[in-house]
Amino acid sequence: MDYENSDGEAGPVLPTAIKVLVAGGFGVGKTTLVGSVSETQPLRTEEVLTERGVGVDDLSGVEGKHTTTVAMDFGRISFGEDLVLYLFGTPGQDRFWFVWDELALGALGAVVLADTRRLADSFPSIDYFERNRVPFIVAVNCFEGARQYSLDDVQLALNLDPEVPVMLCDARDRESSKEVLIALLQHVMRGRGTRRESQPARS
Amino acid sequence: MPGAEPLWIDDEAGPLVRPYAMTGGRARPRNGFNVISLVLAMQQAPPLEVGLTPEHLHIVNLCQRPLALAEVSAHLRLPLGTVRVLLDDLLARGLVRVSEPQPPASLPDNHIFEALINGLRKL
Repeated sequence: MDYENSDGEAGPVLPTAIKVLVAGGFGVGKTTLVGSVSETQPLRTEEVLTERGVGVDDLSGVEGKHTTTVAMDFGRISFGEDLVLYLFGTPGQDRFWFVWDELALGALGAVVLADTRRLADSFPSIDYFERNRVPFIVAVNCFEGARQYSLDDVQLALNLDPEVPVMLCDARDRESSKEVLIALLQHVMRGRGTRRESQPARS
Repeated sequence: MPGAEPLWIDDEAGPLVRPYAMTGGRARPRNGFNVISLVLAMQQAPPLEVGLTPEHLHIVNLCQRPLALAEVSAHLRLPLGTVRVLLDDLLARGLVRVSEPQPPASLPDNHIFEALINGLRKL
């Protein structure tokens, strides 16, 4: 395709764009986490789906009963001129798999936010990332008043692969959200090493 | 399929006639740009010319610095699919350049990961 970036192309070099997904049940704090680390307030984009979930775009601007609008909140963190990290919250309604597929395409990895009062809400996200081989970590958002469980208990309750990191976080807190993203990046990096060497990573 | 002649004149081949205007109709974009594909204007927005809507020009104005498809969609308050269709038009006129992201699996080394981790720590 003639519009793709390539080394020989004239003009300024575009930054490298990296995408990370933030998933989890409704109200678990996805947009809060995106907002706490992003350089601006979360932005909102949307996809219009037909009832069949096919990506046909209705440009009429008329709210037809045959279309559904799926909104996604996202944020951006720029690192200098040549690297941009985009954080996308997945749509709250897990039935919009078409949109999940679109978001997951080319994603570096995902954070599954979990609430210990409603752990089952994170099952669809975990299933999705396992099935589609998107590397992910689980971050337990510590809501006030929620009983504290050990991370081992959470790992067990979610039936996670022991390799999948589980950590505590406070999605409202910038430092805590940064730690979550760093943990995800480290996890993905470890996975890369393992795959390349085609043998178990030694620790 | 060997022996089968590709049929060009179908829905996938793209329109023979402009299929839509911003005011009505529907269309499928020819591209499947990633939500983080970066859009960069190749020049200043031209004065209104035949076939370009204010939304087209808005994109050219916005993308004087690189913006992701999702950001363009958010700023214009238009769905992603609509923006993809508009980008088709702008690409055909050479008014923008779109750069698809590199798949993470194809990153040659851990340089990007280290840059992200260090960058986050410094935030």
